Amino acid sequence: MPFRIDRLGLTLAVAVALVLVLLPLLNLQPNRILPGSGVPLGELLKQSGMQLFLLLLIPTAIVSCLRTQALFKLGLSALSLLALIYALGTDSTALLADKSGFARLALGSGFWALLLLLGLMLTDALIKLELSALPRLLLVVGYLAVLFVLLAGGVWDRLSLMLEYHNQPAFWQQGARHLLLALGSIVPALIIGVPLGIRCHRSPRVRAALIPVLSLLQTIPSLAMFGLLMIPLSLLALSFPLLADLGIRGIGVAPAVLALFLYSLLPIVSNTAAGFDGLDPAVLQAARGMGMSRRQMLWQIELPLALPVMLSGLRIVVTMNIGLVAVAGLIGGGGYGTYIFQGLGQTATDLVLLGTLPTILLAFLAALLIDTLIAMTTREAQ
Amino acid sequence: MPVNTPAASPASFEYLRDWRGVLVPLLLLLYFALFTSTLEPLLVSLTPVGAPVIYVRDSFINLIGWHLFLVVLAITAASLIAIAAAILVSRAGGADFLPLARSLANLGQTLPPVAVLALAVPAVGFGSWPTLIALFLYGLLPIFENTLAGLGQVRPEIKEAAKGLGMGPMQVLWRVELPLALPVIVTGVRLSVIISIGTATIGSTVAAKGLGEVIIAGLLTDNLSFVLQGGIIVALMAMLFDALFQRLESRLLSAQNH
Repeated sequence: MPFRIDRLGLTLAVAVALVLVLLPLLNLQPNRILPGSGVPLGELLKQSGMQLFLLLLIPTAIVSCLRTQALFKLGLSALSLLALIYALGTDSTALLADKSGFARLALGSGFWALLLLLGLMLTDALIKLELSALPRLLLVVGYLAVLFVLLAGGVWDRLSLMLEYHNQPAFWQQGARHLLLALGSIVPALIIGVPLGIRCHRSPRVRAALIPVLSLLQTIPSLAMFGLLMIPLSLLALSFPLLADLGIRGIGVAPAVLALFLYSLLPIVSNTAAGFDGLDPAVLQAARGMGMSRRQMLWQIELPLALPVMLSGLRIVVTMNIGLVAVAGLIGGGGYGTYIFQGLGQTATDLVLLGTLPTILLAFLAALLIDTLIAMTTREAQ
Repeated sequence: MPVNTPAASPASFEYLRDWRGVLVPLLLLLYFALFTSTLEPLLVSLTPVGAPVIYVRDSFINLIGWHLFLVVLAITAASLIAIAAAILVSRAGGADFLPLARSLANLGQTLPPVAVLALAVPAVGFGSWPTLIALFLYGLLPIFENTLAGLGQVRPEIKEAAKGLGMGPMQVLWRVELPLALPVIVTGVRLSVIISIGTATIGSTVAAKGLGEVIIAGLLTDNLSFVLQGGIIVALMAMLFDALFQRLESRLLSAQNH
């Protein structure tokens, strides 16, 4: 049977064709805020970049319908995606040539749909390659680096998203701040949460008292949590001006960091406890038999063996916090949430995207990195 | 469970204790929503001079209603679609889709709810629609993942035995697999509901009706009294629903073990 149909690939290929015909890849806007109208496919196909893209897309779609080598699918869909990004960039110059200086070309719904569909093809091929964790991470990071070089090289500089980026000189500082806020609250949460988790493992009474309280904290909606923490903090700042000088105030970073710390405790504590619960008693018995002290057991046996489960708790915390920091933009916490809420306020879609896309990318990369760590520590633990 | 209950404890007390997690937030919620004005003396100190102490632009009952309406509508739709999709990919005919579906559910967890909300606005404009769409899309993931996990937990021997009794594939699904997977599915629905209550709160930044607008109004006018009222009511609501679903889960689990 040389030709067997891959149902998933067929579905995706049909969807790609429909998107190309039905949705605009680019929108021509009269200015930054006003909505535009889609550039017709016929006009796009007159451009050399789009022709190149289509030349790559057709074999990609055909191959995706068949059950063949995953590597082949991976390479073709990766190239198609790069070609799409390159094509929209180079063709934008020609498309904008006879338009006014205020006119903007924005990425249209068709582009985002194609990005999603080609991304799905890529992901599926990547899963079927069955790479181990580290090469997979390197492959993804390498591909993202190529995309980065393309964008940094200015291929999209005529598109509205990149124009918006060049309007925001603090973009990278906001990114650093976003990461700092997301990770900064995790360090104290680890210092307190890991010992608490070990206590929970050893004492059912501590567990029965602690876990329900931490779960209750977890249910409180983020905006409510930020708001509720603002009240004691601003009262503190009013009564102790010294604290206010240190930055402990009702609005801004302090309630955000405190909220993230509280949210982080449950996954850390419960996964630490679960990791220790899952240890093989025979291994512990053997270690004790070798004359290890309690301290040695903890550091040399228990912690390393429980590490994968603890790391999966960390994965939950890191991705959750990256999202929550975006919400903190609303109370003046800084980070990419600032762009999201400013953009929503001004109905400037590109500014919203400039905040949203890096947030998603950060969360995705952090999860991928921790997944790799989990896979590596699991192999070591065995 | 009832091993350590004192023998003399009347059944009604036991009943109350089981429902404590539901009753406490429910009563507090009703008190804060209906009798907010009785708290005015306490809240005055948090209010800027001359500003109103109690949020009066809309009644809290009305806002709770809107908030819940959005959550229930979105999560009902999400449950139907996610459970159906999980059933489809776990059948033999959906095998091509299973690996991608699994890793999408896993990747989707990394997607921040606020990002989904922000992306829905350019697509459909301001108001309750983007919130509804974001709640729906984000609600799919936990339910889909838990349904897959729940169906995957059903041991093959049990399915074989059901087939041996002469059940068709649909009967095995409805009478064996889904009932056994139900507690895990309900856990997924609970997670979705809790996340949705939180995301709907942020939805007020894009002009969705709901309790978030009290908090936002407080943030915009520096009125911590508003922030406190909105925050407490929405937090109690999340706790109430969490407790309700947890009761349901433990009921289902204990029904299975008998």
